[in-house]
Amino acid sequence: MSPLTLRSGRQGGELGRLTRAEWTKFRSVRGWMAGMTTAALVIVLLGLLSASGDHASCAGAGGVEIACPAPPVGPDGTAVSDRFFFVHRQLSGDGVITARLTSMTGQIRKPDVTPGRRNVVAGVVPWAKTGVMIKDGTRQGSPYAAVMMTGAHGVRMQHDFTHDVAGLPGGVSERSPRWLRLTRSGDTLTGYESADGTRWTRIGTATPAGLPRTVRIGVFAASPGDLTVMRGDLGGSGAAVRFAEATGVLDQVTVRGDTSGDWRDDDVGATVDPDGSVHHPGRASRSGGAFSVTGVGDIAPAVEGPTAERPLGGAPAALVLVIVVSVMFATAEYRHGLIRLTLLAGPRRGLTLPAKALALGLVTFAAALPAIAVTFAAGGRILRANGNAVLPVSLPTEARVVAGLAALFALAAVLALALGALLRSSVAAVITAVVAIVVPHVVATTSILPDSAARWLLRVTPAAGFAVQQTVPAYPHVLSHDAPSAGFYPLPPWGGLAVAAGYAALALGLAAFRLHRRDA
Amino acid sequence: MRAYLHAEWTKLRTAPSTVPLLATIILLTVAGGAAASAVVSCAARGCGYDPARIALFGVQVGQSVVAVLAVLTVAGEYGTGMVRLTLTAMPHRIKVLAAKAIVLAGLTLAAGSAAVLTAMLVARPILLDRGFPAGLLTLTSGPVLRAVFGSVLYLTLIALLSLGIATAVRDSAAAVGAVLGLLHLFPSVILMIADAGWQRLAWQISPMNAGLAVQATTGLSSLPLTPWAGLGVPAAWAAAALLGGGLLLRARDA
Repeated sequence: MSPLTLRSGRQGGELGRLTRAEWTKFRSVRGWMAGMTTAALVIVLLGLLSASGDHASCAGAGGVEIACPAPPVGPDGTAVSDRFFFVHRQLSGDGVITARLTSMTGQIRKPDVTPGRRNVVAGVVPWAKTGVMIKDGTRQGSPYAAVMMTGAHGVRMQHDFTHDVAGLPGGVSERSPRWLRLTRSGDTLTGYESADGTRWTRIGTATPAGLPRTVRIGVFAASPGDLTVMRGDLGGSGAAVRFAEATGVLDQVTVRGDTSGDWRDDDVGATVDPDGSVHHPGRASRSGGAFSVTGVGDIAPAVEGPTAERPLGGAPAALVLVIVVSVMFATAEYRHGLIRLTLLAGPRRGLTLPAKALALGLVTFAAALPAIAVTFAAGGRILRANGNAVLPVSLPTEARVVAGLAALFALAAVLALALGALLRSSVAAVITAVVAIVVPHVVATTSILPDSAARWLLRVTPAAGFAVQQTVPAYPHVLSHDAPSAGFYPLPPWGGLAVAAGYAALALGLAAFRLHRRDA
Repeated sequence: MRAYLHAEWTKLRTAPSTVPLLATIILLTVAGGAAASAVVSCAARGCGYDPARIALFGVQVGQSVVAVLAVLTVAGEYGTGMVRLTLTAMPHRIKVLAAKAIVLAGLTLAAGSAAVLTAMLVARPILLDRGFPAGLLTLTSGPVLRAVFGSVLYLTLIALLSLGIATAVRDSAAAVGAVLGLLHLFPSVILMIADAGWQRLAWQISPMNAGLAVQATTGLSSLPLTPWAGLGVPAAWAAAALLGGGLLLRARDA
């Protein structure tokens, strides 16, 4: 065995021994154990209490209040919004649909100028869409692929709700029509566009999940509501969505392949008002190969609605407790002169802080993990039992939220410990840690700051780590109120956690450097 | 009582941390307001932002340091054992706490006034530059005056609340944690609640949310409490904390 491996082997053993010693110190102080336990209880109690008080109901038939129906789910289990007007016929096996789009218009309801009088203006919202589609029937959430013109994002090819590929930008008019084509060959669907109907540009290909041999093929139109973001009364910002519809005029519509049956009109996903009429109905007319289709709604992942992580909102408050305990775990060594004994027992100063951090990180993770898991699982059940249509979350995402948030607690504990060792003053360390982790989150999610500033706070401070609890991502092809106050974080889950880890590592490094250089 | 006040003033004046903390309060309050002012902009029609709240945004950051200053006035003595000397020299414990509260309140009023006024003066040109109408930012208008003086009083109430909690908790780190936990617990809870009624209730008992309502100059009708009633919430919390702290101080061994 080379001396190097011998040394590293011994070092590993020593780190383990020192970590055990630090764990003994931690568990023998009753206040610290009580603090950690209380932090775990705060998470659970706040989560379960808030979930219990959170009732929701929707209007059912005859004006009866019923539990809100669960949103339809797409092929991959994501909650989706699937409402549009579809003019379609049956296609078996391979085939092609081609259409020339000559106009896209619509109307949008804007905030009322005179109260009580509907203020409707002409126009299309950015993600209004009309074009050609192949879909597995008219069931909401069934697989599909479509080539479409959008209100402000040019031609796109989308499939199975979450996938979006950009074609060429620009709009459409009588004088510059846009040709759209969608072909099926086996399981592969390919989208094309053209300005003249002869020279075609390929946009992309798609393989919708489980698309059967026999499908519906046709033209469609949809328009998500118009989004207005405004300042919330109690801080943060809120959004209002108002009715909008889009009309596409498509002529020279041809379908090649083994088609059968007549053209059929379907207002896919239309909701029926208590009086029996369709809420905001779509419509279509056709003469020969020319279609005019008007649709309301959207074909996209659903991002509005109660999210599964809502019961975890007590985490910032619990973090304050964890920070206090962690800082004390560091500064108590100095206050009572224990540090001199610690350094005598483990004279390799490079290992002192890592051992402390490791012990504290593991304790915090172990305390937070079950509390978060219980709150997340039970809180979600209570929310559903109270009639809330919680947006569904996949098992890997659930695991990521629970383990990731527990990891954030451990990282915050290590950061607070390092600050305690660095500053050697409990008050200074507590205030620095709280201002670094908790305050940015509270300020970004609840204060009067504009959303742009709130996003920056959640990018550059350790509070970025809270991104790990976000279960529903923001999609670039869905215009939603994706602000921190609505639960959307600017960084991806692991990216946010990495920022927090970076701060913890930096503080720990500085503290270790200082411990190495300074007298105890 | 004069002797008590004199003693507490001397202790607070000569503590090495006092001057840096006061400077930090002013710095954070001014910098916070300036930074918030620089990132908002007022579109031609209806801003949606309350310019006074933006200009005084730094109060939300500076209050943490006010809490530290207040906690150290009491818990600092427990940390060093000085408290036994204090109570030997001045045996009337409630008077000791009252003297501490008066001295601390005076100091916070002074530092808070400097911080809030400077923040307003620094943020004003920035906000005007960002398109806010000058009418909303006239320093002598009633709502703006209320926001300015209300913010100073808010900081003072946070100091008294922290003093009461520190007297009860006695450990400086735990006391700072308790104050910051209390202040930031409610905003998180409000975010967790979907029910509007419960949300308003949580807002109405939250020292930070309700207290900062005193800064509002626009959209008053949508607030669950009027500005001055809002400021009464942290006042009630501070009174309860001082009462609890005072009773514990009298009952317990030092």
